[in-house]
Amino acid sequence: MALKIVKGSIDRMFDKNLQDLVRGIRNHKEDEAKYISTCIDEIKQELKQDNIAVKANAVCKLTYLQMLGYDVSWAAFNIVEVMSSSKFTYKRIGYLAASQCFHEGTDVIMLTTNQIRKDLSSPNQYDTGVALTGLSCFVTPDLARDLANDIMTLMSHTKPYIRKKAVLIMYKVFLKYPESLRPAFPRLKEKLEDPDPGVQSAAVNVICELARRNPKNYLSLAPLFFKLMTSSTNNWVLIKIIKLFGALTPLEPRLGKKLIEPLTNLIHSTSAMSLLYECVNTVIAVLISLSSGMPNHSASIQLCVQKLRILIEDSDQNLKYLGLLAMSKILKTHPKSVQSHKDLILQCLDDKDESIRLRALDLLYGMVSKKNLMEIVKKLMLHVDKAEGTTYRDELQHTCNTKLCNCSTLILLRYISILVELTRLEGTRHGHLIASQMLDVAIRVKAIRAFAVAQMAMLLDNAHLLTGNMQRNGICEVLYAAAWICGEFSEHLEDPNQTLEAMLRPKVATLPGHIQAVYVQNAAKLFATVLRKHEGATDSQAAQETSQLLVERLPLFVQSANLEVQERASCILQLVKYIQKLQQKDVEVAEEVSALFAGELNPVAPKAQKKVPVPEGLDLDAWINEPPSESESEDEKPKAVFAKEETKHSRPRHTEVDEKELARRREARKQEQANNPFYIKSSPSSQKVYQDAPGVEHIPVVQIDLSVPLKVPGMPMSDQYLKLEEERRQKEKAEKKKKEKKKKREKHGKGKKHDSGPESEEDITPAHHVDIVTEEMPENALPSDDDDKDPNDPHKVYDIQGNLQDGSQVVVSVIFENKSDSFLKSMEFNVLDSLNSKLQRPEGAGPHDGLVVPFQLPPGVSNEARFIFSVQSIVMPQKLKGTLTFIVKSEDSSTHEKLDFKLHFTCTSYLITTPCYSDAYAKLLESGDLKSSSLRLEGVNMPFHHLLARICFHHHFSVVERIDSCASMYSRSIQGHHVCLLVKTADQTVSIDAKCDEPSLLGNVLDEIKQTFSQC
Amino acid sequence: MQFMLLFSRQGKLRLQKWYVPLSDKEKKKITRELVQTVLARKPKMCSFLEWRDLKIVYKRYASLYFCCAIEDQDNELITLEIIHRYVELLDKYFGSVCELDIIFNFEKAYFILDEFLLGGEAQETSKKNVLKAIEQADLLQEVNYSLSLSLPHAVFMV
Repeated sequence: MALKIVKGSIDRMFDKNLQDLVRGIRNHKEDEAKYISTCIDEIKQELKQDNIAVKANAVCKLTYLQMLGYDVSWAAFNIVEVMSSSKFTYKRIGYLAASQCFHEGTDVIMLTTNQIRKDLSSPNQYDTGVALTGLSCFVTPDLARDLANDIMTLMSHTKPYIRKKAVLIMYKVFLKYPESLRPAFPRLKEKLEDPDPGVQSAAVNVICELARRNPKNYLSLAPLFFKLMTSSTNNWVLIKIIKLFGALTPLEPRLGKKLIEPLTNLIHSTSAMSLLYECVNTVIAVLISLSSGMPNHSASIQLCVQKLRILIEDSDQNLKYLGLLAMSKILKTHPKSVQSHKDLILQCLDDKDESIRLRALDLLYGMVSKKNLMEIVKKLMLHVDKAEGTTYRDELQHTCNTKLCNCSTLILLRYISILVELTRLEGTRHGHLIASQMLDVAIRVKAIRAFAVAQMAMLLDNAHLLTGNMQRNGICEVLYAAAWICGEFSEHLEDPNQTLEAMLRPKVATLPGHIQAVYVQNAAKLFATVLRKHEGATDSQAAQETSQLLVERLPLFVQSANLEVQERASCILQLVKYIQKLQQKDVEVAEEVSALFAGELNPVAPKAQKKVPVPEGLDLDAWINEPPSESESEDEKPKAVFAKEETKHSRPRHTEVDEKELARRREARKQEQANNPFYIKSSPSSQKVYQDAPGVEHIPVVQIDLSVPLKVPGMPMSDQYLKLEEERRQKEKAEKKKKEKKKKREKHGKGKKHDSGPESEEDITPAHHVDIVTEEMPENALPSDDDDKDPNDPHKVYDIQGNLQDGSQVVVSVIFENKSDSFLKSMEFNVLDSLNSKLQRPEGAGPHDGLVVPFQLPPGVSNEARFIFSVQSIVMPQKLKGTLTFIVKSEDSSTHEKLDFKLHFTCTSYLITTPCYSDAYAKLLESGDLKSSSLRLEGVNMPFHHLLARICFHHHFSVVERIDSCASMYSRSIQGHHVCLLVKTADQTVSIDAKCDEPSLLGNVLDEIKQTFSQC
Repeated sequence: MQFMLLFSRQGKLRLQKWYVPLSDKEKKKITRELVQTVLARKPKMCSFLEWRDLKIVYKRYASLYFCCAIEDQDNELITLEIIHRYVELLDKYFGSVCELDIIFNFEKAYFILDEFLLGGEAQETSKKNVLKAIEQADLLQEVNYSLSLSLPHAVFMV
């Protein structure tokens, strides 16, 4: 034994201690990683020894390495060993290591419960203290539950040192194990009056934190705290108490009234800035929550504003910043009081600290009124010129753009020139915003059009000065507005010829496509104006010259790679050539050319359509044709195939949908969308859920007449689904009627007794859903909703739909949305083919080549691309892994990035909503070729029609017949498999008997149905 | 308070204390991001910044940055006070503290912090009491040390 100890201590002499390690690391700056890996090997050896001193030394070193970012989780058990040492020296190191390295996922934590309990009850207060400190860092719900009682006992320990720690740690225990709050609370309350000020302040701390989470439960303590507030002299405690009152007052206005006086007293008397600041903040909060019913609070506000003025005038940047911050809170309720300090806030715009300037700007943003607008704008314009720092300047421009817009003509004139001036500055990201503001003002305010047009013409003329780095900074968007305004209101132009020339400069071809398109179109408008002008002056020479100019310049645009530009340019070019011919024959053409663009554009409010009254006698809900009387005409009851039940014919009645119901549904849908991880908030998407649809007429029916053939003929556009809800519903009704007229339906496959044209039906292909199930984000991207904040996740593919086509092709529409601030280009979409599903690539491409996405994405823009997959077997669901690679172009760099995603082809997505009528359905079932399977769903407590609507919508079924709580449903796969369901419900239990000619397809569809209902 | 970080002007982390449970990966990410943000600020700028949904309060003492993350309703000035108080404590304990003291005695720096703050709340507002507790605990440690050393030494001598 003795020898072993001796051996241990000899070994120890050669061990590195922490200091040696630190020194070693500092001496190995070049090969730090290598040095540390040898150290870790040594530490592993040391941990194998029995000597606790050696182990503790090793653990201490590991704690240091953990801070440097090395993984030491493998040594968790050794840390526990050192924690359990009986010697304080080692115990202290063990607990330190544990508090730094353990987290809730560390599994050895559960081994520590008894050790910690032993330490908590140690006679040595420092053992207890160390255990409490450690526990505060790594307490888990289990530890909290097991140790709550022990800690509660410690709250009444004889030593204040332990009491105060125990009180503080109770807060962590409450968070992890809320059940402990009720039994511990009386004791905690008792500690508010502990003789030791440290314990008292700890108790105030804990209750204050608790009250911030749930103020209601602590209202009863208000009198006690009131007493403490008036008696305490400890600023730390006072701040906490005042904060606590700040949390309580919104619940009890009377408390607020009572507080104002002591708080104002404190504001007057205290010299501690932190306390003053807290008081001012709380007074503001109290006054906001009282807002009315406080006759005499203007004095308090004045006091606060005065004190804040002192803070802002202080030379200390921190106080200045906080003063402005608090001012902006007052501004919301008492703008007048703040406005009187405009001078001071304007001064802060000159501050050398950017964060203070931003705060001041923020304030100004809220202070602008008609009266002071000009002054503030003038001051701001001065600042725009000399502003440094990009965030600040962007903010500044944003303020100018959005806030300073007011309604008098004079101001608008000024506004336009401000906008124009803003464009002269490089480096703004607000090109879009400026453009839309310019358009808005020019369209809406006739009086300033002439001025606006003149300014815009100037801008167009000088475009070349900006073009240098325009493309990058987004200012080119402004040219879009400028070109449009000059074209549309060309009668105001002084020299349309020159503007026309400016719009057709070769340099224009470097602008983004959508801007070029506007240029070309508006060049034509200008041309019309110029012609008229010349013909008015009977200057045919000049008119011909102008035509010649167009004929010379337009071919450049005809060659454009952008379709829109090309199309418009070639069209206009031919037109001009024709005009030229006429001109040569001395025909007057100006009138006719102008007629092309005649008519004034009136601004229409977005809601205008709704205000148009429905003409008398027009009933939008009435049938246009007589509804077919299908069920009545059927003379024979279908035989019950699934169960021996008496079937009655009853068509679900059409329910009128009133305004309220619509609103409610809309709300429910929004709710549904918000909870749906595949949804990006408020983006239009095709995924709609009709929870509340009252009957089968709301089951989405295939839309025929809207389909716009793409390259693959017969494929409906997926954005049909993006239409507004009402609009869609109207159409559905109409279509439903059409469908119902074709009563004798044809069915593919086995029940081929019917006659009507299958070909016409073949083309009806509903949009099916193929959702991305998991998105593997780039390493530093956050999942789901946080995405929009993360600049490193520039891309989000948010919706994928698949259209199915003739049994072996699936068309997947992918919507790409750029949520970053950078420009995305060279996107390549690639999918790892499986044996069964293959992405169709152009001829000559290899099987692993990606497909180029045919567009680029400026920030905030989304676009849709379609990809065709060929699928062999549709009986199994499929997941395909894919990657999108793209180049992120930011202002000064561009990086190549990628985004992984998965495409989920469910079996459901291979089904097509195909209506089927009872007689055909019965025959199909009678044929006996179908295999059956069934499914039971427990605990489904939604109305039956909702249930049906869900199956119809999510799984593309149609209801064949419905009798009370029993319904038969039908769907067909793209390869012609029939899928029949009999759905019955009783006491929250839904049973689905199903038949299909392909058992594995059926099994998977049933699984997916089950999935759908387990999610709700 | 959610966490406290000490780092050098070169961006090397010298001390970290987390009062909220986070994964190591997340901690590293936050640290990296904050160190960059704070170091990029100009010396004349104020000590506060808004970061994610937290407020960051930092202060530079010689070559070391002390950086705390607090919640929205917390008081920035009292947080500055806490930082200053901690620096004073270190100063008293080490005798005009410098960065090297904290590097070589990083465990001591933690012990002092743990006596001063517990679970992110100030537990002791009196400097004297904090130092007293540390001294006594150290005393206890030294007794332990000498005991553990004396025994093997004795055997070795024989």
